[in-house]
Amino acid sequence: MTDLNGWQIATFFVWLIGSVTFILALKFLASPKTARVGNLLGAAGMALVILWTFFTYDLAQPGSEPGMLENWWIIVVGGAIGSVAGVLGARRVPMTAMPQMVAIFNGAGGGAAAVVALAEFLEFAGHGEGLLPLPFVIATLAGGIIGSVALTGSIVAFGKLQGIVAARPVMLPGQQIITGALFLAMLAIAVYIAAFENSIPLFLLFVALALVAGVVLTMPIGGADMPVVVSLLNSYTGIAVAASGFVLSNYALLIAGTLVGASGAILTQLMTKAMNRSLVNVLFAGFGTGGDVAGGEEGEESLKEINAEDAAVLMAYGKRVIIVPGYGMAVAQAQGPVRELMDLLVSKGVDVQFAIHPVAGRMPGHMNVLLAEANVPYDRLQEMDEINDDFADTDVALVIGANNVVNPVAREAGSPISGMPILNVDQAQHVIVLKRGRGAGFAGIPNPLFSLEKTSMLFGNAKETVESLVQGVKTA
Amino acid sequence: MDPTTLSPFALLAALFITVLAAFIGYEVVSKVPTMLHTPLMSGANAVHGVIVVGAMLVAATSDGPLRIALALLAVILGTINVVGGFVVTDRMLEMFKKRPGERG
Repeated sequence: MTDLNGWQIATFFVWLIGSVTFILALKFLASPKTARVGNLLGAAGMALVILWTFFTYDLAQPGSEPGMLENWWIIVVGGAIGSVAGVLGARRVPMTAMPQMVAIFNGAGGGAAAVVALAEFLEFAGHGEGLLPLPFVIATLAGGIIGSVALTGSIVAFGKLQGIVAARPVMLPGQQIITGALFLAMLAIAVYIAAFENSIPLFLLFVALALVAGVVLTMPIGGADMPVVVSLLNSYTGIAVAASGFVLSNYALLIAGTLVGASGAILTQLMTKAMNRSLVNVLFAGFGTGGDVAGGEEGEESLKEINAEDAAVLMAYGKRVIIVPGYGMAVAQAQGPVRELMDLLVSKGVDVQFAIHPVAGRMPGHMNVLLAEANVPYDRLQEMDEINDDFADTDVALVIGANNVVNPVAREAGSPISGMPILNVDQAQHVIVLKRGRGAGFAGIPNPLFSLEKTSMLFGNAKETVESLVQGVKTA
Repeated sequence: MDPTTLSPFALLAALFITVLAAFIGYEVVSKVPTMLHTPLMSGANAVHGVIVVGAMLVAATSDGPLRIALALLAVILGTINVVGGFVVTDRMLEMFKKRPGERG
């Protein structure tokens, strides 16, 4: 590296400030008290790095005229389109669809990283004699493959969460062989590009195969596992961004990308741990096929129904009620009526707590966000470990649209969810389950909890059912 | 800077930065309560939106319709990532803020 001019040195400091704000953003996000400030800090650091790049790029180029960077219109036009799309998407999306939204934004980032890698390769390949330096080629290949997998993988994850693509695991015939062949082909192309010829058509083929690989890897994973997949793909995009940062010699990209790559990886691990499963199991087990379930022959006719009035009386005259929310509450947007129900019960002297399973809903923390939106006091939300011993001492456990997280099958061997820690709902005196219909849950596993003697079912849309429970408690 | 002519010193510096940043990323999120996993994922998602800066650098050196088209695509995608990412994270965290009976 030759001498740096003043603008270049200043640019390094801007990158440094940006990187520190990104680290603080993640650190502050780890506590509810500081999380929002952290996010705003990260956004401010991001704005600084972006604006600095926009206005000073040319100053930092040795021997160029001062001014904004060339082709500024591309950035203004692209930035305007992207901002409108991003803000509209982020503002309009209902709270239930947050996971899909994160998947789409992540896919956009992965796509951007892949395109950057491709554009850089196109820029420098085929000029002059000899091969491009190995680190450069490896970094562009890495950005191309990882960004592409993150792009199409995120699109599939979005589709599964949104219900456009079948949520159940879709196995291609000869899945392993296809996956293996894809990766062998990509490896062979990568080696050829790096060692023998910086071929542009082969690079394009490489990226195309990576796009296919993203789909092939994500399709066999069940919808219930999509949060883990989104988290993993988030980590991938981080790595792709880091590779781009290396290619462009931009330390802000390098640090931010690596930071997200690493934190995404550990976050993914935390999520799989919450389900007591390994990442390998999530990615390759075809979880939720429902075909090999132990004891999966419960007669649906043995379910006992209850009407809302009786259920309301049961709760209103109990001492302690634990509410177990699940995805069904999110889908029906029932959190408002649920809060109302809680308030009423509390005013009648009932001790009401919420039991939040780590993977309730489609994403960890999903339930917390929804209940917080409905102004449910934070200290009524109990994590699984805190509350699991209290069920035995509880009059009514009210399960609202949750299934796998209360499925006692998980305690036995031989089921896809075996070993996953569950909420001990079955230890409560009475269990009332609000469920949309009689079908099996998202993972397709029958739930023996529903046919227990102490369990009563309340079928219907969760919001309407909870509203009728509210009416019932008022008159009880 | 021509990325194809990086000095060995710059390569090594990049390696050091990468390894250290990976450790920071690991440490910073290793003790997060479950309820913040989703906002954290979303926040990290926004941070890698910094790729828009990479897209800008590609745009800056673009000539010819193909590279300009690629640069435009990258800028659009990167902007969606960074803008949408921060806004959606803020929306999630907004929900945590306004709760009555807050406990420290």
